[in-house]
Amino acid sequence: MAWTREQMAARAAQELRDGYYVNLGIGIPTLVANFIAKDISVQLQSENGMLGMGPFPLEGEEDADLINAGKQTITELSSSSYFSSAESFAMIRGGHIDLSILGAMEVAQNGDLANWMIPGKMAKGMGGAMDLVSGVNKVVVLMEHTAKGEPKLRRECTLPLTGRRVVDMVITDLGVFTLQRRGDARMTLIELADGVTVSDIENATEAAFDVGLS
Amino acid sequence: MKKKIYEGAVASLAGLLRDDMTIMSGGFGLCGIPEALIEAVQLSGVTGLTVISNNAGVDGVGLGKLLATRQIRKMISSYVGENKLFAEQYLSGQLELEFTPQGTLAERIRAGGAGIPAFFTKTGVGTIIAEGKEEAEFNGETFIMERGLFADLALVHAYKGDPEGNLVFRKTARNFNPVMATAAKVTVAEVEHLVSAGDIDPDTIHTPGIYVSRIVEVPNPIKHIEQRTVRKAGAMEGNR
Repeated sequence: MAWTREQMAARAAQELRDGYYVNLGIGIPTLVANFIAKDISVQLQSENGMLGMGPFPLEGEEDADLINAGKQTITELSSSSYFSSAESFAMIRGGHIDLSILGAMEVAQNGDLANWMIPGKMAKGMGGAMDLVSGVNKVVVLMEHTAKGEPKLRRECTLPLTGRRVVDMVITDLGVFTLQRRGDARMTLIELADGVTVSDIENATEAAFDVGLS
Repeated sequence: MKKKIYEGAVASLAGLLRDDMTIMSGGFGLCGIPEALIEAVQLSGVTGLTVISNNAGVDGVGLGKLLATRQIRKMISSYVGENKLFAEQYLSGQLELEFTPQGTLAERIRAGGAGIPAFFTKTGVGTIIAEGKEEAEFNGETFIMERGLFADLALVHAYKGDPEGNLVFRKTARNFNPVMATAAKVTVAEVEHLVSAGDIDPDTIHTPGIYVSRIVEVPNPIKHIEQRTVRKAGAMEGNR
């Protein structure tokens, strides 16, 4: 047993707080928007130049001038604003965004993150990922625990980094870990997914971690 | 009074294009790209171009057109994922590529336009982006130096423009366009609606005309959607 993609997204949504400005990455992180608690107000930032991202449009109401960073058609809300790419990344790099939730290929126990290129393969580019992980106040990685049987939580990343010591939390299909950006480079397992044991996680993890289940 | 209005995209670039020049091209994906101006560059046949653009179009659309005709020698971009021809030319060594994180790219352009030759940023510290770049510590944290970008020519797409060259962009089609307009020797703007002087409330202008040398009206441009996503009526949750 483990969490589904929806359960992972729902767990990540618990990190949202009332009044937060949040950037969601492409893939599973996009699903987090579906699990925002009804009693809090959260503004979603799209790094191509929008705050207050609305839902997908109704069929026939798509607007080519209104897309998110995944190039998907979206809509605006009564709280929305538009701005240039320079303004958008000033927001991100200047520490004004509270939370970034994004996917990863590997995370190391010291918080190093790799999610943009595999040597020998044509890299598509880092887009805004390096800016987000270095500038946003809290960085949460949402990813499968393993890829083709190989652990993605590593002692050290084997792939080129997106950022050095930038991850605060990792949520996988097996559980939740917290990490330290400074000082001691150990991570802590704080939650288990339904039906998962600590030894299941040990078997699927290369990184060293403490167990501090709440 | 010097006239900024030109008739047709080809005329608007007359005398501005030469081989081996550096061109900035606005847009994010295919949203807000100066497509008529890119076509005019293609028709001119200039080659050896260095193009600064967040993305490289898709096959046959936007900058994909200039890749098809092999007019681009080098791209400075943050993400080039949606273009097969790009990958082919890059992997065979015909095309040079400088990956720049998107925020660093935007800030390098902003800096170039504001007369700032270089700046320090945390983005990319400890990654291959930092290789060969000067590092410095501020308040106990490490930063790397990035250089401003300034092009020979910037091509931008706006929703509205007036004879002075004042521009208004629309929704997320704004993206890199206003910052690129500031960062080139000559900026040419294609606009969907060319309006009369005074028709744009000065309080709502996004790019003041000082940055725009030439303006050309391109009515009813074809706009491309890369990922058409919709929700069903009544499903208000959907994807926010």
